[in-house]
Amino acid sequence: MIGALIEAWAEFRVHRARVLMSLIGVAIAVAALAGVVGIGAVATQAQTEQLERGGGRPATLVLTPPYDAETGDAADPARLEAIFRQVVERYSITYAGAVIWSDSRIQFADGADSVMLTAVAPAYGPMHRVEIATGRWFTAFDESRLSPALVVSEAVWQRLGAPDLATNPTVTVYGAQPTTGVIVGVLPPDPFAPSLQAYVLGAGLAAIAAPAQAAAPMYEFWVPLELADTLQERIRAEVASALGEGFVVDVQRQDYLAWGTSDPLEPIRVVLLGIAGLILALGALSLVNIALVTVRQRVREIGIRRAFGATAPRVFLAVMLESVLATLVAGVLGVVLAIVVVQSEWVRGFVAPGLQDAVPFPAEAAVIGLVAATAVGALAGLLPALVAVRVKVIDAIRY
Amino acid sequence: MALLSLEQVTRSVLLPDGERLEILRGVDLTVEAGDHLSIVGRSGSGKSTLLNLLGLLDTPTSGRIAFDDRPLERLAGGRRDRTRGRDVGFVFQQFNLLPGRTALENAMTPLLYARGRDFWRRERIATQMLQRVGLGDRLHSTPDRLSGGEQQRVAIARALVRGPRLILADEPTGALDVDTGAAVMSLLDEISSASGAALITITHDPAIAAMARRRFRLEAGVLEPIVAAS
Repeated sequence: MIGALIEAWAEFRVHRARVLMSLIGVAIAVAALAGVVGIGAVATQAQTEQLERGGGRPATLVLTPPYDAETGDAADPARLEAIFRQVVERYSITYAGAVIWSDSRIQFADGADSVMLTAVAPAYGPMHRVEIATGRWFTAFDESRLSPALVVSEAVWQRLGAPDLATNPTVTVYGAQPTTGVIVGVLPPDPFAPSLQAYVLGAGLAAIAAPAQAAAPMYEFWVPLELADTLQERIRAEVASALGEGFVVDVQRQDYLAWGTSDPLEPIRVVLLGIAGLILALGALSLVNIALVTVRQRVREIGIRRAFGATAPRVFLAVMLESVLATLVAGVLGVVLAIVVVQSEWVRGFVAPGLQDAVPFPAEAAVIGLVAATAVGALAGLLPALVAVRVKVIDAIRY
Repeated sequence: MALLSLEQVTRSVLLPDGERLEILRGVDLTVEAGDHLSIVGRSGSGKSTLLNLLGLLDTPTSGRIAFDDRPLERLAGGRRDRTRGRDVGFVFQQFNLLPGRTALENAMTPLLYARGRDFWRRERIATQMLQRVGLGDRLHSTPDRLSGGEQQRVAIARALVRGPRLILADEPTGALDVDTGAAVMSLLDEISSASGAALITITHDPAIAAMARRRFRLEAGVLEPIVAAS
């Protein structure tokens, strides 16, 4: 085997120009194949992050506002808050909090405008991968502010004249009474979110909105995935028991993993993989062609090797390995090219703008590329190897 | 014990028109270790076919060939290839060096099919053999940078690196001028004698054939010893 490898390498080295020329197609095809898988991983991560921004990171449980089955009245918010705190303490849930949607108005230079106001806990940021373009997200310190802290959308910030956050810019929010809020952070533009939007802490909302203006609170819990089902049932049972009979209590998973939907990128990925496969097949065909011609030209050399003791299997292996070695080199070049392309800022910015987590080039993309290159090499080497084995030694030498 | 023996060996091929062509007829030959014999014959006399059989590259239509007293039919497939690689060295008329490879790489080629120590020490062994044939300073020259005589010396080194017991030289001087040819034959004779290997030279040149201790003529497929006139 080592001898066959040495032979194959020597052949590759001697004919490197021809081999490299014939392998350009394979290298490009492998780059396309590995690139598609790599870009697919980046796009999937971007999509995952987008889904996590909406529904929370897996596993996010949500306690929808319980209500009386007979009257339809919502549970007392103060009582529900106390029950929530009990649950969080009992199960040591680090990331949890209420989410309340409300509609408020903010005073801009050109008049007051309606803004979607969401009251959250500081934990909401990591739970929903909230990105901050300028400034910062809430901290526990913000809960004790007299002027509520606000994190506003880019559109709100621009409309306020894009003030420097270092100057602690304030804004008047109209709720139960006009309240001055301090902008501590600005969200990046998000095509999936309402343009005029702001986050405030729960304590801040209490200062701004009249109780009637705010929707009933929902409670979110970010729990370990493996405990999600157990905790879902336990939280439901505990809240129901604490509220007493007659209340409808519902706890659901709201993260994307619980949706059971298929990957929307799958069809595109299949088409791209198909195209890459086609390129690979064409590359393999031209490789077979060149290899066959080359073997016919190398009949004398094969005869000489046979005369000096090369067995038929050894000749088969050497010709086969030569092809595999060459396509493997092309595969490595193709994978390197794919890594350079997929990791480039430009491509990432195009495929997955605003990606939070760094996505390393997926190992499976490199493996798929190298395996495909090896397989192409083996297939392309098979025919020439069979031809080489059938060479009649003395005829070949006198050829 | 004979190194190589042929008893009543025939070789025929079937022509496309269905007729059978007899190439070798009842060839008897015994080669002992250290023998030096030559076979002369005109083109078409069956020299190449005989070379194939002597070099374990072909099997006879009838008769018996034994290498080291082992009948050829017992050396099937890979075993025969390995025996050939280990015990038979070829020197060809057209040198048949591998293009693009240096003299050293060419001389190392048979050692790629060796096992154990010979395989791992192939570079050293090939270097020593090239030095022995006077090419110590041309180790890294490719065939296109070597003269005809030098190329044939590389071919001789290549034939000898595995220490074969039988050297088959097929028209070894056919592509060389008279002086170079004589020098190459002397070298071949000297090295094979020193190593105790049998040397069979197939040639159409009576002068080259005369250098052998035993001489044969192949004519119309029949091998006959040439008896010296004196």
